[in-house]
Amino acid sequence: MLVEEKLWDTLLRNKRSRLERASHITDSKIVRNDDVVRLFEAVIESGDKVCVEGNNQKHADFLSEQLTLIDPGKINNLHIVQSNIALATHLDIFEKGIAKKLDFCYSGEQGIRLGRLIKENIVEVGAIHTYLELYSRYFVDLTPRVSIIAAQSADKHGNVYTGFNTEDTPPIVEATAFKNGVVIVQVNELVDEIPRIDIPCDWVSFVVQAPRPHYIEPIFTRDPALITEVQILMAMMVIKGIYEPYDINRLNHGIGFDTAAIELILPTYAESLGLRGKICEYMSVNPCPTLIPAIESGFVKNIHCAGSELGMEDYITARPDIFFNGPDGSMRSNRAFCQLAGHYADLFIGSTLQIDVEGNSSTATLNRIAGFGGAPNFGSDSRARRHSSKAWLMAGKESMKPENATMPRGRKLVVQIVETFKEKMQPTFVERLDAWQLMEDFQLDLPPVMVYGDDITHLVTEEGIAHLHKCKNLQEREQAIRGVAGYTPVGLNRNRDQVESLIARGIIQRPQELGIDPRMATRNLLAARSIKDLVSWSDGLYKPPKRFRNW
Amino acid sequence: MESLSYEFGPWNILRERKNMTPIIVGVVGSGNLEILLEDAELHGKSRFFVETSVSGFANTWQAVLRDFSEQQKFSNTLITINDGGATPAVVQLRLLQAAQQWKAQYED
Repeated sequence: MLVEEKLWDTLLRNKRSRLERASHITDSKIVRNDDVVRLFEAVIESGDKVCVEGNNQKHADFLSEQLTLIDPGKINNLHIVQSNIALATHLDIFEKGIAKKLDFCYSGEQGIRLGRLIKENIVEVGAIHTYLELYSRYFVDLTPRVSIIAAQSADKHGNVYTGFNTEDTPPIVEATAFKNGVVIVQVNELVDEIPRIDIPCDWVSFVVQAPRPHYIEPIFTRDPALITEVQILMAMMVIKGIYEPYDINRLNHGIGFDTAAIELILPTYAESLGLRGKICEYMSVNPCPTLIPAIESGFVKNIHCAGSELGMEDYITARPDIFFNGPDGSMRSNRAFCQLAGHYADLFIGSTLQIDVEGNSSTATLNRIAGFGGAPNFGSDSRARRHSSKAWLMAGKESMKPENATMPRGRKLVVQIVETFKEKMQPTFVERLDAWQLMEDFQLDLPPVMVYGDDITHLVTEEGIAHLHKCKNLQEREQAIRGVAGYTPVGLNRNRDQVESLIARGIIQRPQELGIDPRMATRNLLAARSIKDLVSWSDGLYKPPKRFRNW
Repeated sequence: MESLSYEFGPWNILRERKNMTPIIVGVVGSGNLEILLEDAELHGKSRFFVETSVSGFANTWQAVLRDFSEQQKFSNTLITINDGGATPAVVQLRLLQAAQQWKAQYED
């Protein structure tokens, strides 16, 4: 019998021929920035899975522009596999017929345009993921053939330094390089010696010095001047009603003003309750400037970051006990590890746009495809967790159990913090999420829910805290949600007697039940009331971007 | 601009007032409001006057002030509200602050 000889290294052979086709463009790894289109046309093949590194902060923006200039007659039907669709050029390649299919996580600014392109069949969406899901699929069925990434600097051998914003780079490069794919790096500068090696040169195929530094968005800076007294009241309730009784010491904060308010009253309100050294010591969160007073006053002792933040570099470098800094002194962020760290923490707290009467929450808005990002992984019970802590055991013990269940379980605290109305009197609480309509409009398999009702343990509004996990059944849970939904239609439809009894049982706690004097909820409670205050807390190490300086 | 008025009660709760001066909480401004509380002979009731820059929310005001009155039971109290388009959350906070401040005048 004749057995055809099987080849086991087709990917390697294919990579070699790609590199061979580029050999007339460069005889090293360094490619001139006016040769990038020729390089792309040499090493990319039609139908390739391609990642154009778009994190939520740094972007391979120059290479993304160049990708729109390749000839769709030569290369087309690319399958884009990247976390963020943030730049116009990320979608231009679909309109120009270069790319067809898209697997992604999040599309903030481009959400409306993406929605239109999907309806016009110009973009064919594979799936919308969370960050960890997409990174995972890089190692399963969405391994990129070509990855186009962004970094701070490289040397002539192709060793790469990412700078503070390492972000998504490690999983992208590892999946591509170890499956014989092509890694192309855009750097701000080519130098003789890089500060530290984040990506070794043998994982890198080509390096291009961009004509200008890559774009970074300062998305985690919240000006304390904009924090309201209502946010301060809710922050007091979170500290007194959740952090204190559960000893919340390992946690993940969202990046909105509600959580900034919590951070800014740790040195004042939490200090007055004697909670320093007991709560908030270990955090998985971006280096938000509003954390500076809590770090300086000895509350927060350890922070791992998904990304970085413009202006925080010198401060982070001067606090190596707090942050994860390399031997060169600068930080290495890592979104994949930070997502994992947050997933296994004791508590997640964040805001959302809509919550229904089952406690499901969604940031989906009609006509816009926004995606998920990282919140679903942070905001879900970690079912595979096995190590215990007071918070985890306590929440598990208090939780509603399935009938006849005898096995004790722990539980992560998942807290949603919202005001009952948003701007322009739009109610946050609704009987039916817009996500259902979005599912119909875009023919999705499921409504895009950010945090599921059965994962939420606590709901915090200006009216009070609802301990949802303590409810005996779904009917009671619904009343607990209505009971803190204020004067929204959902709140007005509460069963007043039942809500009274939930208050009596401690399932709903309002400021008066928590022993909080609402007169303390003033901006005087904030450890910093302006960006300038944050600068002085940092001893001048924090250097805010121009748009945040008004002095 | 819309002017609303409501009355709740009466409650026959006699309180020993240590201090008869009116109190004011909050500030007038966009998205904010001020609340003035004064003693008045109202046969045990509380009476509200609301001047609001946003029309069309009379039902919400009525529900907010009814709940506030049922909770606080302030007899013989005249409460004037100047609203610059505050969200219900801000209204709620200011009312809570006003109640606390008002009670401080008769509680030890």
